[in-house]
Amino acid sequence: MNGAHDLGGMHGFGPVEIERDEPVFLHEWERRAFAITLAAGFLGKWNIDMSRYAREQMPPAEYLASTYYGHWLFGLEKLLDDTRLVSRAELQATLKGGAVQTPVPAAGVRVLAARDVEAALRKSREAKADEDVPPRFHVGDRVRTVNIHPIGHTRLPRYARDRRGVVTLDHGVWVFPDTNGTGRGRKPQHCYSVRFEARELWGADAPSRDAIHMDLWDDHLVPA
Amino acid sequence: MSQQHEPHHHHDHDDDDVQGHREHGAPLTEVELRVRALESLLVDKGLVDPAALDAIIDTYETKVGPRNGAKVVAHAWVDPDYRRRLLEDGTAAVAEFGFVGRQSEKIVVLENTPTVHNMVVCTLCSCYPWAVLGLPPVWYKSAPYRSRAVIDPRGVLSEMGVTVPADTDVRVWDSTAEIRYLVLPERPAGTESLTEDELAALVTRDSMIGVAKVRA
Repeated sequence: MNGAHDLGGMHGFGPVEIERDEPVFLHEWERRAFAITLAAGFLGKWNIDMSRYAREQMPPAEYLASTYYGHWLFGLEKLLDDTRLVSRAELQATLKGGAVQTPVPAAGVRVLAARDVEAALRKSREAKADEDVPPRFHVGDRVRTVNIHPIGHTRLPRYARDRRGVVTLDHGVWVFPDTNGTGRGRKPQHCYSVRFEARELWGADAPSRDAIHMDLWDDHLVPA
Repeated sequence: MSQQHEPHHHHDHDDDDVQGHREHGAPLTEVELRVRALESLLVDKGLVDPAALDAIIDTYETKVGPRNGAKVVAHAWVDPDYRRRLLEDGTAAVAEFGFVGRQSEKIVVLENTPTVHNMVVCTLCSCYPWAVLGLPPVWYKSAPYRSRAVIDPRGVLSEMGVTVPADTDVRVWDSTAEIRYLVLPERPAGTESLTEDELAALVTRDSMIGVAKVRA
């Protein structure tokens, strides 16, 4: 979706500001939001692409006014409501101090136990696919990105649509976030690092020695 | 993890809040109330284990951080064979140190040289190699960095204290998939006599994102 999250190339946000001392979490609520988001992810009711898509659906004005963990909180509330694990009505009732029923958790959830946290956080394999899918492109191939503006999720940034680049690395077969994030299947396919000259993306005023690489899938690319 | 950021703009955070409690009894903000309500609902429903939450926080506050990446970089500086392995298969070479896990399913290492400067961003969210660098700093997740790193990398680098000569290539890596990028910074001159541990102490987090140089 053409949301506020797709920030590449926007102007007007000012200089990069560095926090003094840079604590891992600025506020206690961020620490809690981080932990409950990770823990709830282990319930197995959504994947990482759905998490990103949920955050992207924060209304643009709110997204830009919010902090990073504000995006996370919005996404978690949405995912919990979508999966009926915690409804918005329950959250509102709790905020108002009302009594909340305690329904039995949905079938099929696995709750992350404290003793399993270390092993669970050391495991990362969730997006690499085992399927033997042939690559449609090879290193050195000239490609063009598709011009798409889906209402759903995509990892093809707006600033790189309908642009020419060169494949520089083949990362192997990965789950396709554009479908996986909206419950339309894993659609495993090759993911590549594609190099775009800065001038291809930003025009003749960009420095001739600058390039931007991004990771794109077969479905994002056509031969150029 | 404190680093030298003299040229930068600073803004303070609410120190009273950082320790996880409020000293002056200020009313909770809306976002604090929402997080608290959500956490209590999840716990009451048996969907999250409170002890697991503590273990998750402890992992990223005290165990996983940029010292991991610094060890990898220092080792690559002193061991040419390891450096070769690291550049060929970052995931496997980083795993030799036991650094594996979330947000690091595949790691690609980018070598900075006198003629090529690499820097890393995630314009769409804030993807970052947690297993080697920990959680990203606030500026990495901010709109100014995410918007400008791809369209004006030299300007961003200059503000952050790195001047890239006009005849040096700049390569920006926008982390749009689950591949995570770690920059192997240049070893500074005059460090020939330092031990690996001493070298690791010089390696800053920002140098491994590609927005700083390592200073001797």
